[in-house]
Amino acid sequence: MNKTLKGWKDIPIAGVCWKPATQYLTGDWKTFKPIHDAEKCTKCLLCPMICPDSAIKWNQTNEEIEFDYDFCKGCGICANECPADAIKMVREGGE
Amino acid sequence: MAVAQQKTLAMNGDEAVALAVKQSDVDVVAAYPITPQTIIVERLSEYVANGEVETEFVCTESEHSALTACLAASATGARTFTASASAGLALMHEILYVTSGCRAPVVMAIANRALSAPINIHCDHSDSMVERDSCWIQIYAENSQETYDSMIQSFRIAEHLQVLLPVMVCLDAFVLSHTLENVQILADETVRKFVGVRQFPLVMGHEGKEVPFKLDPNNPITMGPLDLHDYYFEHKRQQEEAMKIAPRIIKEIHEEFSRISGRKYGNGLIEAYRLEDADIATVCVGSTAGTTKTVVDHLRTKGTKAGLLRLRTFRPLPLTEIMGALENVKALAIMDRSNSFGGSGGPIYHEIRHSMYDAPTHPHIVNYIYGLGGRDMPPTTILNIYKDLQEILQTKKVKRDVQFAGVRQ
Repeated sequence: MNKTLKGWKDIPIAGVCWKPATQYLTGDWKTFKPIHDAEKCTKCLLCPMICPDSAIKWNQTNEEIEFDYDFCKGCGICANECPADAIKMVREGGE
Repeated sequence: MAVAQQKTLAMNGDEAVALAVKQSDVDVVAAYPITPQTIIVERLSEYVANGEVETEFVCTESEHSALTACLAASATGARTFTASASAGLALMHEILYVTSGCRAPVVMAIANRALSAPINIHCDHSDSMVERDSCWIQIYAENSQETYDSMIQSFRIAEHLQVLLPVMVCLDAFVLSHTLENVQILADETVRKFVGVRQFPLVMGHEGKEVPFKLDPNNPITMGPLDLHDYYFEHKRQQEEAMKIAPRIIKEIHEEFSRISGRKYGNGLIEAYRLEDADIATVCVGSTAGTTKTVVDHLRTKGTKAGLLRLRTFRPLPLTEIMGALENVKALAIMDRSNSFGGSGGPIYHEIRHSMYDAPTHPHIVNYIYGLGGRDMPPTTILNIYKDLQEILQTKKVKRDVQFAGVRQ
């Protein structure tokens, strides 16, 4: 059992969340992760809009999209929908 | 505190429930009519229409929605009530678990009615017994007076900060729900003072501060979210703890109520009737206990040491109290007004027999399934059960452990 998780006496009742969802990382659910090909990307910004987990962000500094792997569940919708075929899904740890 | 002024009214069990709700300062009633509970919501809608209460009455399209509306209102801090029976309660099944899981102190009256098919509107306990694992407190009333008293106590029990669990008050279909009885009624202000205003514990919210446990836009919290293998089990363990604490709270509130009403039902959990020196005894819930007491009195006049244990709460099940009350009984009949098909008898039998496993001495125990679909349970049938017990006492043998009382061969 994970020692970092709290016991039943130490958590609020009824599933009340004691921390915001941004601190509850769900990225470790994924089997496949999306990889971005900057050469092919047309920067249409469709992928940040369609990501169901808001896990694709536009980085204003380097003007590229980037994945937040702490929250990406690896559903692959971005890779499927990308008009430029600039996202591919690879097995986690398989690279 | 002196016993409060009361007046006697002739009313049936459903009307007694409605009056208790009227007097208990309930904010929201959401309900869908079903026989034999209908009179409860009819009376309540009349109170609302006449402007006698400030309750919001929500007519829903199903029982599933009725309990969902109560749960949602309860989550915002409202005191809520609904009523159902049979198929209606079965349709609520999913939301029963959501309600207890969200720790919403909804109070519900159940006019115990058989489940279809074949269709039947009369009394048995199949509808509520099947929900015994849903983490609702269950109180079974013996008469309309107890129904009225239990309803008032239930708001206090459900909303108690160490409990926060929904409560079912169960009354037998027609035997109680539709039968006129003299009921002692407390004054509105006495009841309102007893139930008080709902309080809220503080919980740690997602904004990192402790806030009252209710949905409030000024202090937002999330309740009942996705809860997987990492924390769901811990939340269920908390519910079990609340059920473990509940017996003490139920006893305290029952005692406090008895000081203003002058009425007591055993210790609030069990009622032992002439059990101290009893050799033979029965165990039951609900209105059958009233008939059984008459039979016990009759047997006592003949010199038979007969007794009765009535369970007032089936959830939580007061195991220690039950074992204590039955420790000297030598032959015991458990009476179940529901059956666990393909199992080994009814639910009350399962649990009492189980509790006896650790007792230093075991009585001979038999189970009688009785009264399904409103089959009458007259004193003669109960007398025959005590006669069977006398035979068991003499022969020290149980011929058949599960039997059906009152069914034609």
